[in-house]
Amino acid sequence: MVVSEKKIREKEEKRVTQVDGKLYDSWIAESYKSREWENLYRRRWEYDKVARSTHGVNCTGSCSWLIYVKDGIITWETQATDYPSNGYDFPDYEPRGCPRGASFSWYVYSPLRVKYPYIRGELLRAWREMRKKYDDPVVAWEHLVSNSELRGRYIKARGKGGFVRTSWDEVLELIAAAILSTIERYGPDRVAGVTPIPAMSTVSFSAGTRFLSLIGGSVLSFYDWYADLPPASPQIWGEQTDVPESGDWYNSKYFMIWGTNLPMTRTPDAHFMVESRYNGTKVVAVSPDYAEYVKFADLWLPVKPGTDGALALAMAHVIVKEYYVDKQEKYFIDYAKRYTDLPFLVILEKKGNAYRSGRFLNAADIGVNEKYAEWKFAIWDEIRNGPCVPTGSIGYRWDGSGKWNLDMRDSSGAQCSPILSFLDIKDETVPAEFPFFMGEKSFYIREVPAKRIKLSNGETVLVTTVFDLFAANLGVPRRGLSGEYPSSYDDKIPYTPAWQEDITGIDRKLAIRVAREFAENAARTKGKSMIALGAGTNHWYNSDLTYRAIISLVLLTGSQGVNGGGWAHYVGQEKVRHLEGFQLLAFANDWIRPPRTQNATAFYYVMSNVYWYEQRRKTQGSKYADMHPLDWIFLAVRLGWLPFYPQFDKNPIEIVKEARKAGYKTNEEIIRYVVEQIKEKKLKFALENPDDPKNSAKIFFNWRANLIGANGKGHEYLLKHMLGTSGHPLEEPKTEWKPETVTIGDKPIEGKLDLFVNIDFRWSGSSLYADIVLPAATWYEKYDISSTDMHPFIHPFTPAVSPLWEAKSDWEIFKALAKKLSELAKSHGIGEVEDLIASPLLHDTPDEIAQPLGKVIDWREKSNEIIPGKNFPKLSVVRRDYTKIYDMMITVGPLAEKSVATKGIEVSGEKAYSELKTRVPLSKDGKPLIEDERHVIEAILTFSGVSNGSFSLEEWNSLSKKVGHDLSDMIEGYEDVKYTLQDLISQPRRALPTPVWSGSEKGGRRYSPFTVNIEKNIPWRTLTGRQHFYLDHEFFLEFKETLPTYKPPLEPESYEPPKHLIASDRPFIKVRYLTPHQKWGIHSTYTDNLIMLTLFRGGQVIWLNEDDAKSIGVKDNDWVEVFNNNGVIACRAVVSYRIPRGVAIMYHAQDRTVGVPLSEITKDRGGTHNSTTRIRIKPTHLVGGYAQLSFSLNYYGPTGTNRDTFVYVRKMKEVSWE
Amino acid sequence: MRIRTQIVMVMNLDKCLGCHTCSITCKNVWASRPGAEYMWFNNVETRPGPGYPKRWEDQEKYKGGWVLKNGKLVLRSGGAISRLLNIFHNPHLPIIDDYYEPWSYNYEELANSEEKEHQPVARPYSLLDGKYIDAPKWGPNWNDDLAGGTFTASMDPNIEKLQKQIALEYEKTFMMYLPRLCNHCLNPACVAACPAGAIYKRHEDGIVLVDQESCRGWRFCITACPYKKVYFNWETKKSEKCTFCYPRIEAGLPTVCSETCVGRIRYLGPILYDADRILEVASTKDEKDLYEAQLSLFLNPFDPDVIAEARRQGISDAWINGAQRSPAYKMVVQWRIAFPLHPEYRTLPMIFYIPPLSPILDVNGKDLSPEEYIPFVDNMRIPLEYLASLFTAGDTKPIRMALLRLIAMRIHMRKITVGDVNENAYNKLMNEAGLEPSQLEEMHRLLSIAKYNERFVIPTANRNPEKHLDIHKGACGFEEIGEYNYKVAPKDLRIRNIR
Repeated sequence: MVVSEKKIREKEEKRVTQVDGKLYDSWIAESYKSREWENLYRRRWEYDKVARSTHGVNCTGSCSWLIYVKDGIITWETQATDYPSNGYDFPDYEPRGCPRGASFSWYVYSPLRVKYPYIRGELLRAWREMRKKYDDPVVAWEHLVSNSELRGRYIKARGKGGFVRTSWDEVLELIAAAILSTIERYGPDRVAGVTPIPAMSTVSFSAGTRFLSLIGGSVLSFYDWYADLPPASPQIWGEQTDVPESGDWYNSKYFMIWGTNLPMTRTPDAHFMVESRYNGTKVVAVSPDYAEYVKFADLWLPVKPGTDGALALAMAHVIVKEYYVDKQEKYFIDYAKRYTDLPFLVILEKKGNAYRSGRFLNAADIGVNEKYAEWKFAIWDEIRNGPCVPTGSIGYRWDGSGKWNLDMRDSSGAQCSPILSFLDIKDETVPAEFPFFMGEKSFYIREVPAKRIKLSNGETVLVTTVFDLFAANLGVPRRGLSGEYPSSYDDKIPYTPAWQEDITGIDRKLAIRVAREFAENAARTKGKSMIALGAGTNHWYNSDLTYRAIISLVLLTGSQGVNGGGWAHYVGQEKVRHLEGFQLLAFANDWIRPPRTQNATAFYYVMSNVYWYEQRRKTQGSKYADMHPLDWIFLAVRLGWLPFYPQFDKNPIEIVKEARKAGYKTNEEIIRYVVEQIKEKKLKFALENPDDPKNSAKIFFNWRANLIGANGKGHEYLLKHMLGTSGHPLEEPKTEWKPETVTIGDKPIEGKLDLFVNIDFRWSGSSLYADIVLPAATWYEKYDISSTDMHPFIHPFTPAVSPLWEAKSDWEIFKALAKKLSELAKSHGIGEVEDLIASPLLHDTPDEIAQPLGKVIDWREKSNEIIPGKNFPKLSVVRRDYTKIYDMMITVGPLAEKSVATKGIEVSGEKAYSELKTRVPLSKDGKPLIEDERHVIEAILTFSGVSNGSFSLEEWNSLSKKVGHDLSDMIEGYEDVKYTLQDLISQPRRALPTPVWSGSEKGGRRYSPFTVNIEKNIPWRTLTGRQHFYLDHEFFLEFKETLPTYKPPLEPESYEPPKHLIASDRPFIKVRYLTPHQKWGIHSTYTDNLIMLTLFRGGQVIWLNEDDAKSIGVKDNDWVEVFNNNGVIACRAVVSYRIPRGVAIMYHAQDRTVGVPLSEITKDRGGTHNSTTRIRIKPTHLVGGYAQLSFSLNYYGPTGTNRDTFVYVRKMKEVSWE
Repeated sequence: MRIRTQIVMVMNLDKCLGCHTCSITCKNVWASRPGAEYMWFNNVETRPGPGYPKRWEDQEKYKGGWVLKNGKLVLRSGGAISRLLNIFHNPHLPIIDDYYEPWSYNYEELANSEEKEHQPVARPYSLLDGKYIDAPKWGPNWNDDLAGGTFTASMDPNIEKLQKQIALEYEKTFMMYLPRLCNHCLNPACVAACPAGAIYKRHEDGIVLVDQESCRGWRFCITACPYKKVYFNWETKKSEKCTFCYPRIEAGLPTVCSETCVGRIRYLGPILYDADRILEVASTKDEKDLYEAQLSLFLNPFDPDVIAEARRQGISDAWINGAQRSPAYKMVVQWRIAFPLHPEYRTLPMIFYIPPLSPILDVNGKDLSPEEYIPFVDNMRIPLEYLASLFTAGDTKPIRMALLRLIAMRIHMRKITVGDVNENAYNKLMNEAGLEPSQLEEMHRLLSIAKYNERFVIPTANRNPEKHLDIHKGACGFEEIGEYNYKVAPKDLRIRNIR
């Protein structure tokens, strides 16, 4: 069509409108008429239905979303905004949601969706062949995996394509047969599974863990393995993690953001921080790069990566000097005396010419004759001028006295008034050693004030206070104390502001200023100084030390347990608000106790054979420090510290059978039999010979997770050894350093697992490497519930549409598997069995006072006296009926009625059980039926204090008895509140206060942890019942981590790749490798979807400083290889000046399914961000059986750290895809 | 005086998280379909950076907006005749590389791959020609968080202007986010440029729309829009742009981008303006005066004369009341903390921005004065000149004042909540910022507490003037069935209950 100029003129003239007699040049359409076309966009906005759901992804968001359905199709999602108000003068929780969540609907119909059950062709062919030969599927599986050629073929094909569709019937039969065969040949503890983060979708989590627990399989931890667990939290508070809801940031008046990228990774919460600034809050950012949160700060402290602890200790130095020594800030000192272990007494042990600090002085030492006196600890009382044992330490928790409280009275009721320091009343000053970990100097000698105390055994010892040790360790000079103290802040001795300068790169004046402001603000506001922490500070090998240093700032300033103050650690969606109901059902505690749960880091360490690649450390000349990591793990396992499955080198079912055969009758006798067998070395731990195929896990379930594409530290080792496919560690297995107590084979096994089942809705890295991929329903196709620590609500998932294609919800999948397994058990003839379970000494049970004085007493070395539950794992014999797994799966079992115990708070389940019977249908035999996901949710809500007021009241009453105070007012007015699933669907509901958590939401208050401890004098679940600066376990003494101290990041030397690679034809750089959480995905989810990929660069990238990049000839978007001894990544470079020199940031978990070419080094597909990492065990994380240092799943155990890594980067020459 | 109403958006850039949720929810609803792949009605730019499409602010290249020629306002792209000469070849139109070549992946490979030597992978391919590419070369947000470093940051036309003053290096890094959508201008160049007369501005709410039935795909609007916010749909061969979610606005709901903004940075509310003075104001001589001039168009909704005249001209009380409660009016007119983007383009844009604060620069080694508890405006990382280049045609004074006011609000609130503020410093600051404590507290409420119903004040569309609403009540939705017996019922404005 040709438009004439005339026509255009006419059009333009038309628009000159006449208004009120005036000619007017206007663009404005003055009429509604002839705008009918506008219905076009209105029609798009029309929809048929809105469903409320959320995203079950480990992001801490737990956001309420509205899912729109139009013409039967999910079209888009927007956030719900109908949260209950936070009050007229407070910002609300609307909207919550982020770009990742907003892109989720893309997956539902995408080509990335797993639509049907899939199995690798090689395996299916072998299976069908065997099934033809053998009628009994269990027998067929046994023959299949016993045939090394058949087995070898499908194992080597893992990750290499070749999937074929199968039917649910066929694949479930295969899996069920494999499980039963494994149970029969090796034992149920050879079946393992991992699914993370129950908070992100509790029912889907519980589906598999309930199934595994019922059959006796083991459930792996994740929070510690992800290194999201801050081990400092159990160390200080005896609590896994407990943090303020994000709304409480708004109450803070001085907010330090330290290594957590709030806008990027707490997107829906960040506004509270932003908005608090308008309310007069000062914000300080500590970050090595100009991260997104720095934009919002008033000050930026560009700290060097991994040196945060040094900065924090220097700040602590300033605060102790100025607020405890120079002027004595009453608010701080009162707080320290009552709520921390700073006034507790520590015995000084003579070592050469100096002393070193030893263990806490306890009641038994000074002749107080009470039950568990070794577990009750002393302060120095200024009233009686002598030691006093206030109630509240762990001995009072378990002695039945009802005096476990922080009233600061001794058990007779007499008041104690602790002093913090002996400085004014010392008997003498003595030189003490304070360890140091940089350069040649291994300790500083500084005097501390001490008091002489005569012990009940007649011995006289010197004691000092934790405060005196802490102040001396910080190097705070005090009158009358000589030794290697600095004379001013400008002396470069630990831990002065000048000392930290060279390490952190932060100007001393800035460090002093921020420390002062932080403390001054806390003094003025009574504790409204807050520090947000996260992966940036936590994903390090020595993160616990860093955290203890940083947290000491909030403890010293009385900011912990105060709204608007304290630590605010956010990594991982760990908070299951509905904890009691979840634990009951997820681990089948309603049917069989105890379940098998274990620490994943140790499990993967063994399964991926990392012990074959260990380099001997520089000798420390001390017993534990020089041990091989595998020896550490075995020590921890045999002492009952750490669980490990497979547990023994025999089938646990066979062990019981043998015992019975040998005439042992009762459970106690059977346990005696086991102990005898161990002593006679007829029975061994599986861990004593991990390369023996029978001692390995055989079947592995991965669901709601991406072990291979996201969280698997030491990715290449996992591929090579656990899976047996082509993994490419760039170093060879070593033999020069072998463990001493553990036998390892001639060469490492490749392919430990017989079967790897992955359940997902998308083709993730784990899907690609699994033998079987089962299609899961998406979050818009099922019922479930979700919670987080960021807000006080429990959110439902509801289906916008029914599961698409052949997908099923996780609950339906495991139910179907349970049904198939029960049928096969019947036809194969595995019925009722007895199973021997070895479990660790658990936190929050009397087990935690099993090993007094924190001494390592190894039965193997010493008397060989084995006492299960004391110096050896606890042993129990349980009955299972494999033909009844399905029946148990879908009903709430009788043990629920008996008792429900969470975090040491035990209540009878009787009332809740009968209440549940009115909320769900009943089975034929009268049990609550939870066949339907909605009924699982009702059961969880009924058995949880946050959603059931009367259950919470029972819990508060139970705790009242222990504490000796009536705490029922905590739930007063809410006793009758009960949330049903329908309530949660109608509108988000605020959690009710329960003693399972340490803060209170009562009356719409913002949740802040430990406020209830502070306000109600409830002890922390620690040794002294107080917040711990000092840890006196022998391992902590040996590794010199009794006090918060600074250990630098691990040495770069251990990352050397083969020499020929770095002596190659191309320039390279060696840089510190950081893997913070990313903007375009939550772990590997979303990172593969087209919207996210379009919004940033379309594939795996690594960020480099632009001058660093220039030095190796790399421009923005160039292909590079990133490598070290652990493996190789092929990706593109993003260059920027916002990254400091010497640092590379590869945002976490971009997976390797999309746009990853071949590596030039390995000639195989380039790796993931974890190709350059490996597992390193930190020995102090293994400690158990000692108060807060006791195992509990995801609470304490070695973490899978990955930040202390160095990589080499060089430009790629060419890109090749096949 | 011809009083018209518009729903005005204000974005508080100081609160922007740079998360892009707005872009995605918008795209999901409006522009995720064949032909619309590269269309981002809403996008978020990291600044300094080239923006999207690349260097859209470079009007030497793209010829967007208006210029004064001999005192007369004309399109920079030329009058009707020169546009006509270029009707089949428009040299100023952005080409696909200025946007990006949309791509996807052969995701199917992951499930369907034969067994082979290497792990299967989904490879990127171009959505334009279907050919595999090794890697995308540019995208709608290529320089997110300063990705590309000096190279991409210095592509920013605003940086070019200020090159001498700005160092792009680690120690001095600064960064801000700029979310952008159609500005629904009072003097829209796109409307003027359309030969088909397909673009118009709605009198009742100011929304500028491209009529999808009338559009002939000439694309002059794309050139004329200085913000490059009109896109060409390659499937329908028509131009499309942000509709300001009119189906939602009509129902009294915020736009999707506003509703879903988790930084809670977006505000919507009516403003009354004098439509008679648009041309005059857009023709203001000195471009630095354009910002002030534009404010003079906005009528005081509390002025009894304005109210009486508005009523006389048929504006409902709901809208007058809305204009009084409008967060936009407060921020734009009363407190003067929100600014139009590039007023020098003379389109009189109706999306306003509160400039961001930023951490103070260069604190290492300097002893900071303890009185200045919250760092001061002149010390901030983002240069005032940079912000002025974006929002006030280079005049730093209004920007500095706005930032001062934000700081004054913070310090005033700290004085109330903590009290550790130096009295002298406080008084000096209050004096300079020139707002009353009560105004700062009101500002705090709107910016900090930011309740949903205070962020969004949107009177529903006024349908009272129409006839036969009683019939419409029962009949709307049945338009497809056929003609009603009553020819009088307009069929166009169907408003659905959404929430």
